[in-house]
Amino acid sequence: MHAILRQACSSRSSALLRPQIMRPRVFRAPQLSRTLVTKRYTVEHEAVEYDDATGLGVVCITDHAQSSLGDVVFVELPVLGTKVTQGDQIGAVESVKAASDIYAPVSGTIEEVNEALASQPGLLNKSPEDKGWLCKIKLSTPAEMEKLLTEEAYKESWESV
Amino acid sequence: MAIWRSTSLLRASLALRRAPAHASFRGLATSAPSELKKTGLYDFHVSNEAKMVPFAGYMMPLAYGDVGQVASHNHVRTSAGLFDVGHMVQSIFRGSTATGFLEWLTPSSLSTLSPYTSTLSVLLNERGGIIDDLIITKHAEDAFYVVTNAGRRDRDLEWFNQRLAEWNAGEHGKKGPVEMELLDGWGLLALQGPKAASYLQSLTSYDLTQLTFGKSAFLPIEGFNLHVARGGYTGEDGFEISIPPSQTVEVAELLAKSPVQLTGLGARDSLRLEAGMCLYGNDLDEDTSPVEAGLTWVIGKERKENGTFIGAEGVRQHLKDGPPRRRVGLVVEGAPARQGAKIFDPSTKEPLGAVTSGIPSPTLSKNIAMGYVLSGWHKKGTEVEVEVRSKMRKAVLTPMPFIKPRYWRGTS
Repeated sequence: MHAILRQACSSRSSALLRPQIMRPRVFRAPQLSRTLVTKRYTVEHEAVEYDDATGLGVVCITDHAQSSLGDVVFVELPVLGTKVTQGDQIGAVESVKAASDIYAPVSGTIEEVNEALASQPGLLNKSPEDKGWLCKIKLSTPAEMEKLLTEEAYKESWESV
Repeated sequence: MAIWRSTSLLRASLALRRAPAHASFRGLATSAPSELKKTGLYDFHVSNEAKMVPFAGYMMPLAYGDVGQVASHNHVRTSAGLFDVGHMVQSIFRGSTATGFLEWLTPSSLSTLSPYTSTLSVLLNERGGIIDDLIITKHAEDAFYVVTNAGRRDRDLEWFNQRLAEWNAGEHGKKGPVEMELLDGWGLLALQGPKAASYLQSLTSYDLTQLTFGKSAFLPIEGFNLHVARGGYTGEDGFEISIPPSQTVEVAELLAKSPVQLTGLGARDSLRLEAGMCLYGNDLDEDTSPVEAGLTWVIGKERKENGTFIGAEGVRQHLKDGPPRRRVGLVVEGAPARQGAKIFDPSTKEPLGAVTSGIPSPTLSKNIAMGYVLSGWHKKGTEVEVEVRSKMRKAVLTPMPFIKPRYWRGTS
């Protein structure tokens, strides 16, 4: 998501960051499991929880992002049915102090948006990775998930800053 | 009254964590980048869990502990907050021709100002553009206390020094030269909010009901004798207290007790914008005249016609012909419009101007903004559109201040 947080991360040596993204973490559905829910992160502080049974990825901002932003007062959500490419700006989160863009963590189609955020933007602070979810994307390229950060790698991306 | 772009603040606060890494490089550099300065209260802020951020050349508190900006803002509107504004530049102008000197640098009527009274004013360049906005307090014909913006420190001081040299070299200087004393390192604290007066009254024998908005006095405060000006930058009743360097921490500790809460730059910006007050660098700059900025009221009545101040010609032209554009308040639907958002004619989509400051207002729960529009589009109720993230949002011109100020003007 937003440029502000991105700034903090990108100011580190990007050479250091890239190998983390590419780190060959195992991401393969065990053969016997019918569904597998996987959660991955971006350095821009979005998270996506992908369910391979439905093909849907639930997009949210991380708890770290909400605590940096402060009180969220307005959330702009993407339009239903929009086709997005990984990295496209799909919305924005506004706190009193700043506006922050949200980027699509994966490519696909916007299948659902969290309408509750229109009247309760504070859900983003209270429950950023659950009740404060932003939208659901039908993934067009599920392999993109593999290139996103694991929770561990995501934490490293800002903790060491 | 200080330079700060809200969108860059969080960036700054996160960037702060990198400071140690930078510090080691800085030590090796032959020409070190200008170091950030600290006010006398730096350690006090840190011990109060402040998030310190670079601002106008200083490390300043953005917020304290886990108190969010909205909670902090609301506390000032309902109770009282204490702000460290010690980064601002305090100075004294002395000399028998000091009134004349400052009336040359500003369009204010200072000769008719009563002693121990303050006024907002503007330093103008030769074209009538605003070099800085400032508060001038008259102590006597030959002594003025002036507060200018930290972010304009270098520009202002160079301007003051050049004009002083010019003034003192001429016929005025022969009558009595003017000197400027910089109160470097002095503290400046703003105590703001509806409970500010009752709190301060508990610390002084001076009857604060006599100190009305815009007045100042030296007050005995728990053994200290401090210059206190009634006013501020929040739209609330309040005081700005100037403190000698050696006493600043002690006075801050005295003033920061319950119900007073320490308040950072974040809330300071949303409070001042609700009060319709300008932030130099956002809402004012050297290409903007006081007439465009809606600050015609700072120009003394008798000085409009034939006052001989720097920039008078440009100002008079705007007074006579009307300014090409005007500062206005806006209420924007949907997304908050921030600095730089463009303003359009809703029917022709012609550009009309731009937003210079904008936030979701914590008090009003509406998106408020100020900006400049072409003359003719400045009347209240006019409907315009503001572009935020490539989408047009409806907006209505709304008189400022957005909230009703609660200055203490005395019992009536």
